[in-house]
Amino acid sequence: MDLNTVWFILVGVLFTGYAMLDGFDLGVGALHLFVKKDEDRRVFLNAIGPVWDGNEVWLVTGGGALFAAFPMVYATVFSGFYLAFMALLCALIFRAVAIEFRSKESWGWWRQMWDVGFSLGSIGSSFLIGVAMGNILQGIELDARGNYIGGFLALLNPYAILLGFTTIALFAMHGSIYLVMKTEGDLQARLKGWVNRTIGIFLFFYIVLNVATLVYAPHILETLRARPWLLVVFALNVLVVMNIPRQNHKGNEFAAFLSSCGAMILLMTLFGLTVYPNMVLSMPNPENSLNIYNAASTEKTHWIMFIIALLGVPIVLAYTASIYYIFRGKVKLTSHSY
Amino acid sequence: MDVEILSRIQFAFTVMFHYLYPPLSIGLGVILVIMEAMWLKTGLPKYHNMARYWTRVFGLTFAIGVATGIVLEFEFGTNWAAYSRFVGDIFGSALAAEGIFAFFLESGFLAILLFGWNKVGPKLHFFATCMVCLGAHFSAVWIIIANSWMQTPAGYHIEYRGEIMPAGFVPNADQILHSRAVIDDFWAMVFNPSSMDRLAHTVVGCWQAGAFLVISISAFYLLRGRHTEFAKSSLKIALVVAAIASLLQLATGAKSADGVTKNQPTKLAAMEGLFETQANAPMLIAGWVDMEKEEVVGLQIPGMLSFLVGGSTNTVVTGLDAFPKEDWPNVQAVFQFYHIMIAIGMALIGIAWLGMFLWWRGWLFDASNPLVRLYYWILILSVLGPQIANQTGWFTAEMGRQPWIVHGLMRTSQGLSEVVSANQVVASLVMFTFIYSLLFAVFIYLLTRKIQRGPDDEEESEEMPASWVALMERRKGQASAAG
Repeated sequence: MDLNTVWFILVGVLFTGYAMLDGFDLGVGALHLFVKKDEDRRVFLNAIGPVWDGNEVWLVTGGGALFAAFPMVYATVFSGFYLAFMALLCALIFRAVAIEFRSKESWGWWRQMWDVGFSLGSIGSSFLIGVAMGNILQGIELDARGNYIGGFLALLNPYAILLGFTTIALFAMHGSIYLVMKTEGDLQARLKGWVNRTIGIFLFFYIVLNVATLVYAPHILETLRARPWLLVVFALNVLVVMNIPRQNHKGNEFAAFLSSCGAMILLMTLFGLTVYPNMVLSMPNPENSLNIYNAASTEKTHWIMFIIALLGVPIVLAYTASIYYIFRGKVKLTSHSY
Repeated sequence: MDVEILSRIQFAFTVMFHYLYPPLSIGLGVILVIMEAMWLKTGLPKYHNMARYWTRVFGLTFAIGVATGIVLEFEFGTNWAAYSRFVGDIFGSALAAEGIFAFFLESGFLAILLFGWNKVGPKLHFFATCMVCLGAHFSAVWIIIANSWMQTPAGYHIEYRGEIMPAGFVPNADQILHSRAVIDDFWAMVFNPSSMDRLAHTVVGCWQAGAFLVISISAFYLLRGRHTEFAKSSLKIALVVAAIASLLQLATGAKSADGVTKNQPTKLAAMEGLFETQANAPMLIAGWVDMEKEEVVGLQIPGMLSFLVGGSTNTVVTGLDAFPKEDWPNVQAVFQFYHIMIAIGMALIGIAWLGMFLWWRGWLFDASNPLVRLYYWILILSVLGPQIANQTGWFTAEMGRQPWIVHGLMRTSQGLSEVVSANQVVASLVMFTFIYSLLFAVFIYLLTRKIQRGPDDEEESEEMPASWVALMERRKGQASAAG
């Protein structure tokens, strides 16, 4: 395996980490307005309170790693999706500060305002992340130097929008399962009902998406012919999703959450294995595509970064795990909660 | 307005706004470490209350710092795609290292710092505080390294259409989009000629920002006669940090200026408003640049600049006339920002050491003395000092680098995203203006509320774990045994 492939995987791991971790934060946000009681909303916020910050760092580090390992991809995607990414930034900012600001005052309108900001910010972020992935899967129009020349409206095509909704559903499912793990009593009983519904909604979108892929992204069908074993990953993915309600029913909250994480990992794996070795597919001129070779940094930078990752990642994983361990268990509201 | 100026305005605006917060996190981080160390050592509840209160202020600044920081990482790609392609091989690894070494550390342990009071013991909490402080400093390290490489590139060579060019090759306008800088020597990049000097200068500026925030709020309580014990102890700690940092800042600033003289003479000439290359070059205390006559009118010390640069008034200092005009930065702006920074830096030394003097004479806490009350007023306003100096210092550094985005290699106009139009940048600029105005208003409002509400003087927290209580009890036991 060459270093370019290693970095393709590592960047993928960082974004998968982001989807898996911030995915439940965003999902909690998407569900936030469905509970009306102030105390329940505080439980939602505090369920993610100590960890959302660190979860978002996966996105920042993923972006940094993409910049370092594949600068051409970073430059093309970020400048090409300009307005979409600005909207994403807007959503991420509102979501972040809403968590911090919301419970600082007790006025109804104040809390409602930040609740809406938190929820819309979360839904908007999920949607835009999905739209970006949809466009990458489907292919975008690049010129010979790798610049995106399709314009903003072309990004809002039916397939990308469908993937945007699928992502909202996926994160909402993941978030509801996380919430079941962090809550107790009556609220938890209600949330368990939500889990089944969000799974249903996600599976619906997921199936529609797969049908739509055949229509809107016919090149994926060709990839599938060349790599039939992708269907095994797909089948595995559906099985893992089906396992969530089973574990949930049996009361194994943690196992249900792990299944949901597994589903996210398999989805990202499927995505990665489908596009590899391309990173940004150019449609209609595939010869302009950015792949892990023509978009990459030098081998030397890949080595330097590999050493940095080797030094840093184990430490990061160790203390991230300790922090999740320290904040395990049900949410208890105290005076310094959100 | 064209895309270039709009993109520059947007980057300047978003980075300026962002930079209100990280210095506070870095500076407050140091002060929190000191406070928690005092609490661990003495077990006195007042240090515990201080740590709790300033942690709340820290949490507020940190959240906005994180939210506004992501914007910058995106903006290299969104607005400066050609730049990103050109420097990705070098600049990207510094950003990624910042993520892995700094941001994870900061945000991870922040959870314990903010929410861990009832989950972990005092020692682990202290450890977490140290890690957050360390992470904040690490983030400064990597971003300053990346920025310093733009000021004084080192450890690289240029690759043009896949071929390695000889050292000293500067791509022209036709070549630049097919060129990139590739790394030769990672450590030469990290320790490029300006990185360590600028790192020291920046970090000390952050300590000042944190210290003067604590000073300002403490002085407000002393003036009002509220939370006096809390305010006295906070003021003492912050004043010591401020006094040391202000003097250090003079030294790190001088060191940075030395580097600029050597590595970026155009910038130095603009900072000092020196048009003509000359011996016995004067240093201006304050003045106005007349761009038509190419001279500066103002208060000056003859020969002082030559003396500072070379240790003798006979030293020849390179003026702007040694460089083609198209390589000049905006002289008026760089000159004024630089001089504002210097003036504030000097004032901060005066304010901090006056405080040390008053403390030494035992007058500092005599709130009945009208002169001391006047001094409190100065202290309350002093919080603006480091903020303005930090901002104008960055203006000097960044505007002084113009017209280059990477000094001597790539012009700012060449670094833009080719596919982003002026309309799009206007749209995002309007969005940022709106969001940041709202954020700033809410931040000021919440900070004011926190200040008015003040610390809990007797915080015997109901959910404090046994190990914390034990620490306090032990101290009480020692006090009664001694008494």
